[in-house]
Amino acid sequence: MENQGTININGVDFPIEGERNVLEVIRKANIEVPTFCYHSELSVYGACRLCMVDINGGNIQASCSTPPEPGMVIKTHTEQIRKIRKVNLELLLANHEVSCPSCARSNNCKLQDLSRRLGVDEKRFKKTDKIRPIDNLSPSIVYDPNKCVLCGDCIRVCKEVQSVGAIDFTNRGADTIVGAAFGKSLNEVECVYCGQCVSVCPVGALTPKSETTEVWKALHDPSKKVIAQIAPAVRVAIGEGFGMSAGETSMGQVVSALRKLGFDQVYDTSFAADLTVIEEANEFIKRKAEGGPLPQFTSCCPSWVKFTEQYFTDLIPHLSSCKSPQQMFGSVAKRILPEILGVDPKDIVMVSIMPCTAKKFEAKREEFIHEGEAEVDHVLTTEGLGRMIDEAGIQFSKLEPESLDLPLGFKTGGGVLFGNSGGVTEAVLRYASEKLTGKKIEDHHFELVRGKDGMRVATVKLGEVTLKLAMVHSLSNARKVCKQVMAGEVDYDFIEVMACPGGCIAGGGQPISFETDFKAKRTKGLYKVDTMLQLHKPQDNPYVKELYTNLLGTPGSKTAHHLLHTHYHGRRRITNQNLVVRDTAAHKINVSVCVGTNCYIKGSQDILTRLNKYVVENKLSDRVGFQGQEEMVDVKATFCFEKCEEAPLVSIDNIQIEKATFEKAVEVLERQLEKYKMPAE
Amino acid sequence: MIDVATKTLEMVTEDYKKSIESITKKVIICAGTGCIASGALEVFEAFKTEIESQGLDVIIDLHKEKDHNKEHFHLSESGCQGFCAMGPLVNIYPDKVLYVKVTPTDVKEIVETTLMNHDVVERLLYKNPTTGDINRNHEEIPFYKRQKRVVLGECGYVDPEDIEEYISHGGYLAARKAYAEMTDVEVCQTILASGLRGRGGGGFPTGKKWEFARIENNEKKYVICNGDEGDPGAFMDRSLMEGNPHRVLEGMMIAAKGIGADEAYVYVRLEYPLAVKRMKLAIEDAMEAGILGENIFGTGKTLHIHVMEGAGAFVCGEETALMSSIEGKRGMPSPKPPFPAKCGLYGKPTIINNVETLAAVPLILRNGSDWFRENGTATSAGTKTFALTGHVANTGLIEVPFGTTLREIVYNIGGGVTDDAGNVTGEGFKAVQIGGPSGGCLTEAELDLPLDYDNLIKVGAMVGSGGLVVMNKQTCMVQIARFFMEFTQNESCGKCVPCREGTKQMLSMLDSVIDGSANQRTLDLLQETGEVIKMASLCGLGKTAPSPVLSTMEKFRGEYESHIINKVCPTSNCKALAVITIDAELCIGCTACARKCPVHAISGEKKQLHTIDPLICTKCGICASVCKFNAVIGF
Repeated sequence: MENQGTININGVDFPIEGERNVLEVIRKANIEVPTFCYHSELSVYGACRLCMVDINGGNIQASCSTPPEPGMVIKTHTEQIRKIRKVNLELLLANHEVSCPSCARSNNCKLQDLSRRLGVDEKRFKKTDKIRPIDNLSPSIVYDPNKCVLCGDCIRVCKEVQSVGAIDFTNRGADTIVGAAFGKSLNEVECVYCGQCVSVCPVGALTPKSETTEVWKALHDPSKKVIAQIAPAVRVAIGEGFGMSAGETSMGQVVSALRKLGFDQVYDTSFAADLTVIEEANEFIKRKAEGGPLPQFTSCCPSWVKFTEQYFTDLIPHLSSCKSPQQMFGSVAKRILPEILGVDPKDIVMVSIMPCTAKKFEAKREEFIHEGEAEVDHVLTTEGLGRMIDEAGIQFSKLEPESLDLPLGFKTGGGVLFGNSGGVTEAVLRYASEKLTGKKIEDHHFELVRGKDGMRVATVKLGEVTLKLAMVHSLSNARKVCKQVMAGEVDYDFIEVMACPGGCIAGGGQPISFETDFKAKRTKGLYKVDTMLQLHKPQDNPYVKELYTNLLGTPGSKTAHHLLHTHYHGRRRITNQNLVVRDTAAHKINVSVCVGTNCYIKGSQDILTRLNKYVVENKLSDRVGFQGQEEMVDVKATFCFEKCEEAPLVSIDNIQIEKATFEKAVEVLERQLEKYKMPAE
Repeated sequence: MIDVATKTLEMVTEDYKKSIESITKKVIICAGTGCIASGALEVFEAFKTEIESQGLDVIIDLHKEKDHNKEHFHLSESGCQGFCAMGPLVNIYPDKVLYVKVTPTDVKEIVETTLMNHDVVERLLYKNPTTGDINRNHEEIPFYKRQKRVVLGECGYVDPEDIEEYISHGGYLAARKAYAEMTDVEVCQTILASGLRGRGGGGFPTGKKWEFARIENNEKKYVICNGDEGDPGAFMDRSLMEGNPHRVLEGMMIAAKGIGADEAYVYVRLEYPLAVKRMKLAIEDAMEAGILGENIFGTGKTLHIHVMEGAGAFVCGEETALMSSIEGKRGMPSPKPPFPAKCGLYGKPTIINNVETLAAVPLILRNGSDWFRENGTATSAGTKTFALTGHVANTGLIEVPFGTTLREIVYNIGGGVTDDAGNVTGEGFKAVQIGGPSGGCLTEAELDLPLDYDNLIKVGAMVGSGGLVVMNKQTCMVQIARFFMEFTQNESCGKCVPCREGTKQMLSMLDSVIDGSANQRTLDLLQETGEVIKMASLCGLGKTAPSPVLSTMEKFRGEYESHIINKVCPTSNCKALAVITIDAELCIGCTACARKCPVHAISGEKKQLHTIDPLICTKCGICASVCKFNAVIGF
C-alpha cells in the first residue's frame, strides 16, 4: 500500500491505509468510539452523533463521516466530547422505553451498555413522546417503536444489503418512526423476514417473534412428545450467549440443555440436509439431462424463496422443488416417528431450533400445513432457545455434552455445511461427483466454492460434465444474479442463494454480535464440525439410505415427492384477499374468477356475474341429488394467478381454465358437478 | 455575426423606448404579497375602471399596443416595494409621487388630481409619525431614503411578468457578457473578487463555491437556486422571485456558465404560489425569447431550468436535504463531506445559491466587482436585505449596506420602537432578534455595532436569512426563545439525535420556566443541552437551533432567573406566573367578578373590596375582562 500519511490519535501516530473515514483509523488504534448508526457494511448515515471526536484542537466532527487526512490530530475523549456523548445518551434514554429487565435485548443492548460505560448515572430529561403501538403481526419480527433510537441501521440493511426496502422512516421530525409503507404491518408488505434488521438493531426495537410460550406449553403437557431438530448454524453461535466465543461448537451442550428442558427427542436438521442434497442433486441431474429449466436455484432459504416469489416470478420454475431441510425434517419425522416412538401422530410436537427468523414464516406457509397439521409446529430462534435455557437456570457452559438421538440425529459433514454460504453447493458436489462419475471420490473438499464474497462463481468438471456454479449471499447480490439470468447474460447450471450475509451463520435469529469478525469465526466453526465428523458425503449417511430403502424408494419417487417436494406461488399481486361472492356451508366446488387488471379488461367481470347467476338459477344442488339442501358451489373473485398472458382465468376446483369464457367455465363446472352426483336410488 | 438572442435584446430595448415615449403617465401599483393582502388588486381594478370612465386610454400590456401616436396612461403591477406596513402603495411617474394605504375609494381623486392635473393628493402621502412631516416620495421618506436598494432596485419598478421590461432595463446583458465574452474562469474570478458571500445564512464566499464546482471534471453539473425560504417572518427571497424573477434567472445563467452546468433547478416552497408562477413564467418567456435553452447567445451552450416545488419543510433549505428532496427522497440532510460542489444532486457537482445571492450576480457582472465592493465592509461586501418586523413603526423589506448599524435600521429606517399599542416611544427598545430561528438577539449594547457576517457571529447571532424582529420592553425574552424553539422543534427533520431529542427537551424545559416549575438545575441543563446540540448536530439548522435560547440566556439571564427563583415574569407575559389581585382603590364592590369566576376564587360583600384566593384562582382572566373599573391587576 502506498504511503498515505499518518494521523495522530490521542498522541500516537497511526498510518492511513485506505480507510474511508477517521472512525476506521481510530478502531485500528484499539479505541472503541461509540456508535449506533455506523456499520462498515452499510452507507454512512451520520445521525447518532456519538462518534464525535476533536480534530486539530476544537474542531468537533463525526468521525464516521470525516475522511482521514494526513497530519490530523485526533482526540477521542476530551471534556467536550465526553459531554456530547453523555448528553446524547441521556437524550435517547429520555424517550426510550426503559424496560430493561423484561427486554429481549437486555445485556446485549448498545444503549444499555454505552449508558453504563459512559457513566450516565442520572435521569435529567423527561419523557416527551407518546406511547406508540407495537407491530407484532408478522410471524417473524416484532417492532417496538418505543424502544427505537432511529439510527436507521435496519432501513439501510434492508435496502442496501437485501435490496428489499420494506421499511423506511415514516412521519415527520419528532414523530418519526421506522415503518412499512402506509403504516402497514410487516406481514402485509414485501418483508422477506430475513431478520437482518434484527441483527443490526442496537437496541430491543426489532426482535425475533418469540415462540417460547408455545414451546413451554408443549413441554409442560405430559401427553405430548416434544421433538427438537437443531439447524447446523445454531451449534456455532448459541454459546456466545453463554460466554463462549463465536464459532466454538457446543452441539453436545445444546442436546443436553434440550433434554433438561424436557424435550423427548433431540435430532439434527443436518440429517434432513443430507436428504435434501440427494433429492436436490437428483433433481438437478435430471434437469441437466432433460434440458432444464436451468439454472436451478436452491430453495433452502425461505427469505430467498419469498424474494423470488415477489420479484422474479418468471424464475419460480427455476427454484428447486425440494422443501428446505427444516420442512423435510418435519415431514419425515411426523411420518415415521409415531411408529418408532409408539405415539399417536397428533401428540407429536415438532420444534425446530433455527438461526433464522424467516423459518418461522416458512413453517406457517400453507404448503407445509396439511389438514390443519403443520410439519413443524414451532420455530425457536437460537437466541430464543438461549432465553429458555436461561429461564430454566441451566448453566450452559457447565453442561456435559450429550449425543443426539437416532436415527434422525445422524448426519454427515455435508449436511452441516448448509449453514455456510457455499455449503449447499459443496454438499451437492460431494454427492454429484460420485453419482455422475460412478466412482468413489477420495477428497471431499471443494475449496473453490468456499469464500466470503457475496457473489462467487466456480466451474467444476465432474466426469464428462462441466458445471458452472454460482454461490450468492445477501439478496442484493441475488437480485443482480437474477437480473443476469433473466437477461441471458450468464449460463450457470446451479445457483445457491442464502439471504443472510455469509449464510445462515449470520441469520436473523442468531445471538446479536457486535464483534467485527463473528461471521468468519462461525463459518470456520462449521467447517471444523465437518472435519470432526466421521462421514462427509450425504450419500454415506446410513440412516438416509435406510429411509430410502424403507420408505422413499428412490430419489424423486412418488413418495419422495409427496413428502419432500413442494411448489411456490407468485406474490407480485394481491393475494389472500379474495372477495367472496357466494359462500356455502357445503363447500363442495370452488369457483374462482380472477378480477385482476388484465383479466378484468378481458371480460372476467362478466364471466363472474354470469357464473354466479348460473349457479343460482340452475339449482345445481338439486340437479345432483341434494334436493332441498344448501347450495354447494362457492364463487370467489380473486386477484392474479400470475398468468396474465392467458387472461381471463377461471379456476374450478383447482382446474385452471386459461383464456376462459363463460361457456368453457360452465363445461368444467358441469363436469365437476357430475362427481358429486348421488347414485340414483 | 450577431446571434439571435443578442438581436432580441437590442430590438426589445428599442421597442420599449418607443413605447415608453408615448406614455403620458405611468401608474405602478405594488402587487407584492403584502399589498395584495391589503387590497392592491382591487385598487388596480379601480384605476382601470376610473381611467377608462374618464375617457382616457389605459394600457396594461405595453407591447401589445403598437399605436405609438396616441397618449396613454400605463397601468402596471410591480413586485414588493418593501414598505409593506403602508400598503397598498401606488407610484405615479413622471410626477414621482408615492401614495400609501390607498383604497379603491381614493382612486377617483388620484386620477382627477394627479393623473389629469399634475397635483398631489396630500392626505394620501406618507406622514412621518414622529416628526409629522409629509413626504412626497422615496427620496423624502426616511424608510427609503436611508436604504440602499441595489438588489431590490428594480423590484417595485419593473413589471415582473414582462420580460421586455426587464430587458429594456439592461436585463440579460450580463448573461450575454458571461456567455459570449467571458471564460468560465473569468466568471468565477469576477464573483470571487466582488467579495459576494452567500445570503442564505452561512456567508460562504460565492466565488469560491463556484470555483470548487468549476474545477470538477464532469460532463454533468447542476445549479440550484435555493428559494426554500423557511424562516418565520423572512420574505426577501419571495419578494425577489415575485418582484424580479428574471434577475434571479439571469444570475442562475451566469452561475451555470461559471461552473459549466447545463441544467438548473429553482427550488421554491409550495407556500409561495405567486413566486412559483412568476418563476415559471419567466423561464417560459426567456426560452421563447431564445435567451435560455439551446445555443445560448450563439455559444453552443445549453441551459434548462426547472422549477421544483418544495413541500414546505424548513430543513429543505439545508442544501443536502434540498437535493434529497429534488431527487424524490426524504428531505433529510446528509453529512458533509462530500460537499455538493464535488458530489451533489444525483451525485454530480452542484452549486446551491440562495435567491438573493443569485440576484446580486448580474449586477456584479454589469458593473464590475469593484463597484460591488463600494458598499459594505471589508469582509462583507455589498448590501443585504432584511425583513424588518416587530415593534417598529415601519415594518417591511429593507436593503442596507453591510456595516449599517442597528440604530440606523431601528430608529431611522424603522422609524423607532413602538409600544404594544403601536405608538412610537422614545425609550422602548429592548432587543432585536436577528437571523430568525438560527440567530440570536442583540441588545442596546450592540445598537452601534456595524452589522456584518463576522461581527454578528462574534456576538452570538448571525445574518441568517435576514429576519430582523424588533422587540420593545414589554417583550418576555423567555417567550421569544420559546417561540423559536417551538419552531425548530417542529421543523427538526428527526435524523440526528441532538437536534431531534434535544430540541424536544429544550422546549419542555422552556415550558417549565414559563409555568414556574423550573429550578436552577433546569437552567443549567438548558444551557448544557443547548451547547451539545450546537456542537454535535448534523446540519447547520441543528447546530444553530439552540441559538435563540443560548443568546437570550446570556443576555437576559436575569429574566430567566426571575421566572425560576422569584416566580415572576418581569414583563408579566407569562400567565402562569401572574399574581392576580384586586386594586383596593379601584374596586367598587360591584360583585361582577365574583359572579363570573368559574372556580369561585373571588369573595367579597356588595360594595366592599373583593379579594382573590390565589390557591383557587386558575388565572383564566375572566374577572379582568368583566371588571369595568380595571381593578383586576396582574394580567
